[in-house]
Amino acid sequence: MLRLELVDISKSYPAVKANDRVSLRVAPGQIHAVLGENGAGKSTLMKIIYGAVRPDAGEIRWNGERVEIGSPAEARALGISMVYQHFSLFDTLTAAENVWLGLDKSLALAEVVARIREVAGVYGLEVDPLRPVHTLSVGERQRVEIVRALMTAPKLLILDEPTSVLTPQAVQTLFVTLRKLAEEGCSILYISHKLDEIRALCHHCTVLRGGKVTGEVDPTQETNASLSRLMIGAEPPQLQHRASAPGDLVLGVRDLSLPKADPFGTALEGISFDVRAGEIVGIAGVSGNGQQELVAAISGEDRRAPRGSIQLFGRDVARASPRSRRRAGLHFVPEERLGRGAVPTLSLAQNTLLTRTHAVAAGGWLRTREIESLAASLIERFHVKAGGPGSAAKSLSGGNLQKFIVGREIDAEPKLLVVSQPTWGVDVGAAAQIRGELLALRDRGSAVLVVSEELDELFEICDRLLVMAGGRVSPSVPTAEATVERVGEWMSGLWSARAQAGHAEA
Amino acid sequence: MLRLEARPEPSRAMSMASPLIALAITVVIGTVLFLLLGKDPLRGLAVFFVEPLRGAYALTELAVKATPLLLVALGLAVCFRSNVWNIGAEGQFILGAIAASGVAMQATATTGGWFFVPVLLAGVVGGMAWAAIVALLRDRFNANEILVSLMLVYVAEQLLNYLVYGPWKDPQGYNFPQTITFLKATQVPRLFSGFRVNVGAVVALVAVAAFWVLLFRTYAGFQLQVGGLAPAAARYAGFSSRKALWTALLVSGGTAGLAGGLEVAGPLGQLTPHVPAGYGFAAIIVAFVGRLHPVGIVFSAILMSMFYIGGELAQSRLGLPKSLTGVFQGLLLFTLLGCDTLIAYRLRWGRRATTTAAPPALDDALLSPVVASSALPAREET
Repeated sequence: MLRLELVDISKSYPAVKANDRVSLRVAPGQIHAVLGENGAGKSTLMKIIYGAVRPDAGEIRWNGERVEIGSPAEARALGISMVYQHFSLFDTLTAAENVWLGLDKSLALAEVVARIREVAGVYGLEVDPLRPVHTLSVGERQRVEIVRALMTAPKLLILDEPTSVLTPQAVQTLFVTLRKLAEEGCSILYISHKLDEIRALCHHCTVLRGGKVTGEVDPTQETNASLSRLMIGAEPPQLQHRASAPGDLVLGVRDLSLPKADPFGTALEGISFDVRAGEIVGIAGVSGNGQQELVAAISGEDRRAPRGSIQLFGRDVARASPRSRRRAGLHFVPEERLGRGAVPTLSLAQNTLLTRTHAVAAGGWLRTREIESLAASLIERFHVKAGGPGSAAKSLSGGNLQKFIVGREIDAEPKLLVVSQPTWGVDVGAAAQIRGELLALRDRGSAVLVVSEELDELFEICDRLLVMAGGRVSPSVPTAEATVERVGEWMSGLWSARAQAGHAEA
Repeated sequence: MLRLEARPEPSRAMSMASPLIALAITVVIGTVLFLLLGKDPLRGLAVFFVEPLRGAYALTELAVKATPLLLVALGLAVCFRSNVWNIGAEGQFILGAIAASGVAMQATATTGGWFFVPVLLAGVVGGMAWAAIVALLRDRFNANEILVSLMLVYVAEQLLNYLVYGPWKDPQGYNFPQTITFLKATQVPRLFSGFRVNVGAVVALVAVAAFWVLLFRTYAGFQLQVGGLAPAAARYAGFSSRKALWTALLVSGGTAGLAGGLEVAGPLGQLTPHVPAGYGFAAIIVAFVGRLHPVGIVFSAILMSMFYIGGELAQSRLGLPKSLTGVFQGLLLFTLLGCDTLIAYRLRWGRRATTTAAPPALDDALLSPVVASSALPAREET
């Protein structure tokens, strides 16, 4: 008998058909992958199973019986648990208190602590229930989330992109836990767009594209290329990565230390590295290890950096404003698109004014026609799907807005482009396009610094890699000589003293 | 249990129409109010919405009231768009009136007719100086500008009282708390003989155009608004939040001070404790009802001055208290806020409240700690 069966589930939103007659069969103890691009309808489907969204049509069967899941509480009562991609933990509370919040109040806190230790022990999930969440690494936080989901001994566990924030080693640990759970009969729905992981972990795979099921396959028998064809209808375009010819020093970070600006931030410690013209340098690392702070210090949004610690073409810019850095050729694409890279309620044309000022005439007068034509040319050059220069930034999909923002900065022909999470939440086609544009910019002689959590992405486009952990930066390693294992080790902060000494000499 | 649920796409047309809907609801509630007071609602409404528009004299009097409201609201609109919450325009208005009076009293019999210009400039400077205190405290000590600007209103009132009861009291004024009547040379020129409306109304209309240009055609205005709409984007772009704070406060202080100067050098002709007529507070409503848009503010300023005149007429003709003005102002703001809320959200009968399986806030708690933090206290009560 199937644990969960969905029959012809459909759900429409005003603009899109998120799910169109989707069927899904999950057996007990099965690790079942749901594969699809952003916007393929995975999240809607999971929300339907978890009772957060009601389907317009179709049937849900749980252990063979037809059920109506009206709310997440009802889903949990059936034995369905969900771990969200974005954690929902209170930083100031301990792990145990966070778990306790999600339970009914029949247990005392002390009992919860004991129960967490028990569950954590059984599944090899190292969690100290008494530590405040803000002291936990992202991987540890995820373990707290998983423990919270396992407290109710679920029969079906839904995991939404669980590895996007983990080091490769932590991914392996997670897989051990998931396999053990599956052996005990718990079914697992594993949502991801990472093909390697699905092939390594899952027993069965349902592929969604445009809200429809485009394939049901045994992932262990498939190749990345065949899965990719099912997922996006084509193989992703191959990037042309030519050998780089690094030129002059563009960005020099020299022994940059910075105390944290907010209590839950990360302090930067003695960071030094170079970025040269004509190369792409990547900074890998699990988020929350100081990347945001480093990038803010380089972009000029945080101007507390000690004098001399950030140099652009040999000139100290540590205290310079973002605008004067931009005039010197430093452009930056932040990871938050709405609210930081663009003002949500303003039009695309107006949003060009954030970083592009050639349409500002003497006396601060705005030449509106030029602003509009710039926006129109960006829309055309970077294939942004938008109503036009007058469309509000918030009306664009994440991928299209990202193309617009990256395009806005690339179009300025910066001498140094700093990009944070260039393809976060962007579909495969747009991601490939953005990476291609970055490579093209490099080939035109610009220096590019990419901060990303996606190792695949960094390996694909970077010439050299650095790893950030605990507010420090590893020595750099040419991508050609780097391995995922080694970078993964470094992501835990374990680069050897020997390597550091070697770096200091160089 | 009723709860508010965010609409996926708030209607654009509705948010434009919101002030008109709010006005309609205000009229309906006003009608009920007149009925409850035992007055003929048609006569009551006519007093507020027809009488102030009837005839040349009524129209010019409307302009006399609308001018200060318009000026103050324009400055406030810049402030609010920059996310700077100056609610002490009343105090800046008073300081403008004081500074303008200080200069006006220097006039002598031989002073030329140009003297109203330095008088008004003094008003601008006075308002700016009062607003600069707010900017300084916010900038230097991160003091909340809402509290500081509001509290400075009361300080300004005391300063005004001290001056008119003390050093500036007219020696021939039979001990009334007021300054001398300013000389003719200091008076802002009137537009038409026989009517009180003066050059100030023209100044206010020019200001409308100037503020429209500032907000929508200059880089400085763009920077101010980005700072208000998305502070992180302003930081990313490198727009100075300190500059925005100072600009917004000095601009709104300046317009409020100008309005204060125009009052004393115009219709009043002297400084008295009755100079602050609440324009500074009413202008907050004017700014919001006008959607913080210079052209919208013209209409809302006219509407608000109809309430002022209507209140006075209601007192003399219907025997109702003048405070009816305040009631109508409050009703209008309240219904506007209500309309705006219901355009962005819709009311739902809470289905979850009836489920007993788990506390209702929990599901939100799993989705977002931000939502949860607001939902958790409520959960204790269920």
